[in-house]
Formats: sequence, C-alpha cells, structure tokens
Amino acid sequence: MDTTETLLLPPGGSTIAGEVDALFYFIVYASIAIFGIVLFGIIYLSIKYRTEKAAVEGTTSGVSHNTRLELAWSIIPAILVIIVFIWGFNVYMKMSIVPKDAMEVKVTAQKWFWSFDYPDGINTVNELVVPLGKPVKLLMSSRDVIHSFFVPAFRIKMDVLPNRYTLTWFEATKIGRYDIMCAEFCGDRHSEMLAKVRVVSEREYKEWLESGTETAEDITPVDYGRALFRTKACYTCHNVDGTSAVGPALNGIVGKRRALVGEGEVTIDENYLRESILEPRASIAAGYQPVMPTYQGMLNDKQVDALIAYIKSLK
Amino acid sequence: MNKIPEVNYLNADRGIKSWLFTLDHKRIGLLYLFSIMAAFLLGGVFAILIRLELLGPGKDIMEARTYNQIFTLHGAVMIFLFIIPSIPASLGNFILPQMIGAKDVAFPRLNLLSWWIYMFGAIFAVISMSAGSVDTGWTFYTPYSTTTSTSVVAMTLGIFILGFSSIFTGLNFIVTIHKMRAPGQTWFRLPLFVWGLYATAIIQVLATPVLGITVLLLILERVAGIGIFDPAMGGDPVLFQHFFWFYSHPAVYIMILPGMGIISELISTFSQKKIFGYKAIAFSSLAIAFISFLVWGHHMFVSGQSQLASAIFSFLTFLVGIPSGIKIFNWLATLYKGKIRFDTPMLYAFSFLFLFTIGGLTGMFLGTLATDVHLHDTYFVVAHFHFVMVGGTVMAFFGGLHYWWPKFWGRMYNEIWAKISIAFTFVGFNITFLSQFLLGAKGMPRRYYSYLEQFQSLHGFSSFGSWIMAVGFIIMAIYLIYAVFKGPPAGDNPWGALTFEWRTTSPPPKENFKETPTLTHGPYDYDKIIPKRTI
Amino acid sequence: MTSGNSSGHRAHLAHHFSESSQQSESARMGMWIFILTEVLLFGGLFVAYTVYRSANPEMFYNAHKHLDIHLGTLNTIVLITSSLTMALAIRSIQLNDRKKSIKLLATTFALAAVFLIVKYFEYSHKFHLGQLPGKFYTYTGIEGSNPHIFFSVYFMMTGLHGIHVIAGMIAISWVMRITIQGRLSSEYYTPMELTGLYWHLVDMIWIFLFPLLYLIG
Repeated sequence: MDTTETLLLPPGGSTIAGEVDALFYFIVYASIAIFGIVLFGIIYLSIKYRTEKAAVEGTTSGVSHNTRLELAWSIIPAILVIIVFIWGFNVYMKMSIVPKDAMEVKVTAQKWFWSFDYPDGINTVNELVVPLGKPVKLLMSSRDVIHSFFVPAFRIKMDVLPNRYTLTWFEATKIGRYDIMCAEFCGDRHSEMLAKVRVVSEREYKEWLESGTETAEDITPVDYGRALFRTKACYTCHNVDGTSAVGPALNGIVGKRRALVGEGEVTIDENYLRESILEPRASIAAGYQPVMPTYQGMLNDKQVDALIAYIKSLK
Repeated sequence: MNKIPEVNYLNADRGIKSWLFTLDHKRIGLLYLFSIMAAFLLGGVFAILIRLELLGPGKDIMEARTYNQIFTLHGAVMIFLFIIPSIPASLGNFILPQMIGAKDVAFPRLNLLSWWIYMFGAIFAVISMSAGSVDTGWTFYTPYSTTTSTSVVAMTLGIFILGFSSIFTGLNFIVTIHKMRAPGQTWFRLPLFVWGLYATAIIQVLATPVLGITVLLLILERVAGIGIFDPAMGGDPVLFQHFFWFYSHPAVYIMILPGMGIISELISTFSQKKIFGYKAIAFSSLAIAFISFLVWGHHMFVSGQSQLASAIFSFLTFLVGIPSGIKIFNWLATLYKGKIRFDTPMLYAFSFLFLFTIGGLTGMFLGTLATDVHLHDTYFVVAHFHFVMVGGTVMAFFGGLHYWWPKFWGRMYNEIWAKISIAFTFVGFNITFLSQFLLGAKGMPRRYYSYLEQFQSLHGFSSFGSWIMAVGFIIMAIYLIYAVFKGPPAGDNPWGALTFEWRTTSPPPKENFKETPTLTHGPYDYDKIIPKRTI
Repeated sequence: MTSGNSSGHRAHLAHHFSESSQQSESARMGMWIFILTEVLLFGGLFVAYTVYRSANPEMFYNAHKHLDIHLGTLNTIVLITSSLTMALAIRSIQLNDRKKSIKLLATTFALAAVFLIVKYFEYSHKFHLGQLPGKFYTYTGIEGSNPHIFFSVYFMMTGLHGIHVIAGMIAISWVMRITIQGRLSSEYYTPMELTGLYWHLVDMIWIFLFPLLYLIG
C-alpha cells in the first residue's frame, strides 16, 4: 500500500508505515465484515421474531445446539485471528530488527524535552534532522521518569526508560517535518513534550552537519536568543513572567544578588549566566534542584551570547 | 391488581441502624448500590470536566496540574470505586442467593464487613486524592509515582484497603455457589449470571492479592526507599508494570464477566427462549477467567520487554478473544425463533451487543503487535476500553438494574422515560467515543492536557457527545428514584422469567423465600413452561 | 450469627444454613480460599525475589552469608513444633479434652512468641550494622552491586511473615478464650480448626523463606 494520505491514519513517512497501514486496513475490513454480520443478525432476528403483546402465551422452540454452526463460529474467527497474529508478528519483527547500515542517534528524554546526540558530536534539542532514505537507529534513555518516543507518521513508538537503553529505528521516505510526541504520562507538561523530525535530502543533511547547527546571519542577538530559548527548550523549565517553575524565572534578574545552595551569594551577571548555561550544576540557586543538563557542546559561543542578550532584555 | 406484600425485607426492620448493620444480603446489596452510584456520579462529573478542558487546545478551564489530577481521579474512582464492585457487589449480592434458592450468602457478616471496608477505603482514597492532588493516572507507573511530590501513598493505601473488600465478596460468592444451592439446583441448572459471578469471583480471589502486594511495595518504595522499583538504586521500574498488569488485566474481566452474565439473562427472558449453547457460555466464562491471567504483557508491547514475550502475550490475547466471540454468536442464536419484546432491559442488551462487539473488534488492533505500536497510549486505547467498559459493563449493569428494579422495590419505572433515556445515552456514547477512535488512529496521545490544532474538531465532537450522555443518565436517575416511591406495583414476575428470584414476592421477604424452594426445571426452559407475567 | 436460632444445642448454627455440616464445610472452604489469597500475596514477593536474585546472583550469595543460619534454624524448629502442638490441640478438642487442648494452645502461643523474640534479636543486630533496606543501607562489607536490594527483599518477606505470626497469635488467643468459656467441643470446633489451618500456612511460608534467604548457594 502506498504511504500517501489515508482516511483513518496520518500520512505515512517511513518504510514501515506502508506495511503497518496495510495490516491496519485489513483488520478494519475484517472488523466491518464481522460487525456487519452481528448487526444484521440483531436487526433481522429482532424484526422477524418481534412480538407486540405484553404477555405472551405459548412455549418456544427448545433448540439449543447446532454443532456445525457452533464449530463455524469458533473456527472461522480463530483462523482470522491467527492470520492477523502472524501478520502482525512479522511486521513487528521488521520494526524491531535494526538494519546493519543504520546511522545511530542517541536520544535523551527529560522533563519535558528531547535532545539528540549525533555521532559527529553535534547536539540538537527538540529537533531531529535525518537524511532521506537512510535507516536511523535511535538509542534512547531517560534522565528522570519513563517517557515514550512516538512519531505517528512513522508508526513507531518506544518507551524511554531511566538507567537503561531502548531501541527503535526508522527510514524516512518523504522530505518534510513530522511531529514527535511523548506518549507516556510524565507530569505537568507531558502534552508540551513535543519535537519535530526534519527529513532532508542527503546533500542538505551533509551541509547541515558541516554548518554545526543553525546560524543567525540577519537577526539581532536578542531575537536569536528568543528563538533559541524555544528551540533549545529552555522554556520548559524557566518562565519569563516572574513565576518559578522547575528552575527560577529569568526576567529582570541581571544585576540582582541571589543566594546559592550550600553557602554564599552571587551577583547575577554575564559570567554567572554563562556558567549556568554551560555548567549548570556548579552553583545552584537556593530552593531549586540540580536537574538542568549541561549545554556544553550543544551551543556555540554565538548562541550563548545570544541567549545572554535575550535574558538581559527581559524585564 | 398487583400488591406490595405487607411484610418484606424493606420494612421488616426499621431505623438507620437496621440498614448500616444489616446482615441481609439484599440490604447490603442496596447499600453497595447507593455507594457505587455515588461513585459513578463523582466519576461522571470528573469525566465532564475532562471533556470541557479538552474542548480547545491549550487552557480552557483549568491548569495542567489540575487536569492531571482530574483524569487520575476519574480513572481511579470509576475503576476501583465503581466498576469493579458494580455488578457483583450490588446486583450480584441481591440476586445471587435468590437465584440459587438460598436464604443468604454463606458469610453474611463478612459481606457486611466488605461493605464497611469499601466505604472506609473509598472515602480514604477520595479524600487523599483530592487533598493530596495525586497526578499519576490510575496506573501509577514508577518511577513517576515514586518521585512526584503528591500524596501517592495515601491513595494507594486506599486502594489496598479496597482490595480486601473485593476479595471478601469473591470469597463469599464462591462458597455460596458451592455450598448454598437449594435442592434440585444442580451446576448446570445455575442461571448464567451465577456462572458469570463465579468466574468473576475466582479472578477477584486470585488476582487482587497481587495488587495488594504491588501497592504495598509501592508504598514501601516511597516511604522507606527500598529501591525495588527505583532504577537509580538497581531496581526495575518495568517490574512494577508487570505486577500492576498481572492484577489489572484480569480486573478487566472482573468488570466484564458479570455483565456478560446479565446479558444472558436478559436475552433469554425477553426473547422467551431457551438460551442457545448454555454450556458453551458457561465454560467460555471460565475459559476467559483462566486465560485472563496470561495476557497482562499486552499492555507492555512498547515498554522494552523482549520480542518473544510480546509475541506470546499477543497470541494469548487473541486466544481470549475467541470465547468472547462465541458468547456473542450464542446470544444472537438465542434470538432465533424467539418471541422478542423490546422492554427497556432488552434495549440495554442490544446496546451491549452493538457496543461490546465494536469494543472487542477494536481490541484486535491493539492485540496485534505491529498496529499496537502505533496505537498504544493513544486515544484509540481510550476509546477501546470505554467501549468495553461503558458499552459493555455499564450497559449490562443498567440493563440488570432495570430488569431487577421491580424486584428490589416491588414497583415499576416509567417505560417511556426509560426509552428516552437510553436513546440519549446510546447516541451520546457513540458520539463521544467513536470520535476518539479517529483521534487515536491519527496519533493523539492520551493524558494530554493540550493538543495540536489538527485534533480540535474531533475533540469538540467528543465533548459534545459527553453532554448528551449526561442528559441520558440524569433522566434515568429521576425516573428510577420516582419509581421507588410512586411507581405502580410490579407483581412477583413482571417479565415472565423462569429463574428462581421471580418465584418469590417483589420485594422479597427477609429470608427470600417463605420456605426453601425445590427446583424442578432449568433456568431457561421456555420450551416447557411459560410463567405468567404480572404486568 | 445469633438471630433466628430456635434450639439451644444448635446455638452455633446460623439461621441461613440448614444443617451443621453445611455450615462447617462452608467455613472450611472459605478458609482454604483465604489461604489461597495469602499464598498469592506472598507470591508477588517470591517473584520479586526471583527477579532480583537472577539479576544479581553473586550479590545475593554474598549478602546471605550475613544472615545468622543458627538463629534461622532455631526458628524453623520452633515454628514446626508449634504447628505440631496446634494440630494436637485440635485433636484434643475432637476428643473433648478441653483442658489439654487449652494447654496445647498456650504452648503454640508461647512458641510463636519465641519465634518473634529470636526474630527481634536478628533484626536489632542488622539495624545495628546498618544492613537495612534501600536508602537506609549503610553497611559496606558486602561485595556485588546494590546489596541493599537483598535486605529490602529480606525485610519485606520476613516482615510480612512476622505480621502474619502476630495475626496468628491474636487468633490463637481468641480461640483459647472461647475454649476456656466452653464454647467449643467435639461437636463444634470450627474456629479452632480454621485457626489451625491458618497457623499451618504461616509455618509453610516460613519453610519456603528459610532456604531462600538463609541457605543460598
């Protein structure tokens, strides 16, 4: 079956999607057939044998067996489900066995964002960039609770557990952007734990790898910082309206003094902000947990500067 | 003209104490009925709140944390306080001893104790969940449940207590069915509702202790940090899922098997016809009960368990579907050459057949490994289990409630309002949950406070349906309560049914029968005898 | 169970039963089912034990050496003896020898207490060394990964068993009381019989716990 837009399922975008969809629609048609028989039975029999009278006299037929009929409605469904089971198992094994030539991306889930580590040392947050037509193996683990990596368009889903690795893989067949969602309940912002897969051509992918991550040519540092604040998922833990979340609010903090966990105080300036981004666990603001991951290697200097500029601009 | 008997179980003793400390299974059944209906109302209000919040993406009426709390409350209240005890403890308690011709259940004091434990556990759980804002979902998966700051311990303690209530009911029923049958009431003359309760009781007794130890471990994990489920301490969070589903999957059959029993009664009575394939239905209940213990892993196809385990669980899951299918076809065959009447209980039975068949067939998508990967933890699953639980169990429960309501109170409800009510419920239900199948297939994950724009119209439909359904239930509550006080007397056997409970007065005397009855025919021998309808 | 009784000598027969044998058979069956639920309750812990032992076989072996095998053996003997005295107490009441039955029940109760006292010494020794479950574990002398898991399992299993011993002692003292009051006889001794069944279960569980925890290897 083609992986174009279908009635019940989202448009497919991976090699496995077509196979899953074919099975899905087979079960749809089989179900409709069985449901049709049951519905017809109910309607036909209840019209044919209906009786109007409130109190009904006279006994009815004592028929309570029909071996052939009973065998038929046991064996035919049994055959059907065996077909579906075997078919489902075959496709499932294809989903489970990762092709040998797959490129590997490490996926880390954390409340409430996804980060991706590429073999070449590149990191991204909430955006997985992959080349078209190449199998991609995802090696996944979580830093806190159980999450689940779900890409509806690719028909893949796998739980992401703390302290162990789980695997899944896909091979994209169409250029485009696809939703990644967290499918295992993980707390307040479970429904905001969204990301994107960006499928690009092989050539574009190479270029993207070489350029590091996205660049900012034409925009001001503050605007660039604002964009990074979203794409790097800073917003999942830091508010900019003065309210605390997992981490402290970031508006109007520059120049203020702040107590640290343990002992001491610090004046919030560019150096402290830089340290907090690159080595977040070095000095923790009092009242907060040391849960922020390091952004060392995930942001270049220009990006750190842009984020600091953005934070300074917040009132 | 029918009359209410002057002395019956309702007026034999008077005063609030004679109810709260009664040993009469009929009164205990009613106590349970009132309690679980209160739980149903509470759970229903939470359901409406969930649907209101999901009217649009983003915030509608509440914060994310409140929403998480509400769906947890909805699940836990509906499952542990309503649907698990629903049919066995209320209808079963009232009807089972009468069906087998006994004066009471084997252990009346244990029966009362089970209700008290239920009340204590229920109040404890609801208060702790509301006050402690538990937000784990009713499945309370580790390590989320061991790390969240909310009062998971109090809630799970409530569930632990409720487990005893369930075990005691199950234990009581097994012994009652074995030891308390009247002369002539042989195993294969037992009404199929009794067989359903029997299979249910076996699961209650065997599965509930495992839930007990699971929540106990969870409590110890939180309180004492024993590290069993904590990955940071060498524990295994997936072990929790195994434990949890080892109970909670059979629990699904605790919910549905008694419902299937009721449907057998209704279909036979209202088509005035011997049930087709009595033994097939009875044994399929036992088969379902047995296989239900072996399929828990189908909740965990994407949890990282081995492919082999997943394959085995998938296969066994399909196996459990076959006895359910057999039941459906047997019920259809019972209609053949019957004299079918469309009284309200029969309409519930038809609704059951319609909705449960959809629920069962959509289960195929989830039992199949490859398609489950896509559908797992989406609204497809939500819709599937609501079709089975509401379309199946709740429809059967209300069918049974309408069927035995005249037996409980000696009075009949208004048939026209009853039909209006079920029309609302049926239509509303389908609008609410059919749209959720589509949402799930399109990739809408469950337990989402907010959602992407493309899901909005279907969510809107679903919320709209929930209001229609609510109207149906409100109408039902009004005419049923009205009937208790003002309904016309129904007589001993308003439906012309053959099972034992219709041979005593409505309402029955305190000891069920004036003298111990002897049974001389099967429960569905409409080919030999037609009892007279009293209405 | 008193309402509806007509004659004095059948005072123990509840109104909803038609004869004594039906009542006692029901009670016995109910107790067996209850025992089944208890087995499944412990079953969960046995599964946890199996999972963690197979995940850390060496750690389990190293950790078990820190249990006192002598005290464990002593407790096993104590419990088996108490099962015997319980059975003899039932035998005596069947023969209508009420005095002997009471003495034997008292012995059973005393043996149960001995079991708990021995257990108390074992526990306090472990508390002292810091061989405690989960996050309270402070001991350092055991090799292998996550030795605290062994003690989590140990304390949960023996602790839950200990609670059952206490429940059994409560049941035994209640049976002793109604025996002294003269409410049990060779004609009606169901409460003692059921307590006996329960006590044998408590004993049985220990017989599984002892080798699994103390005799690994």
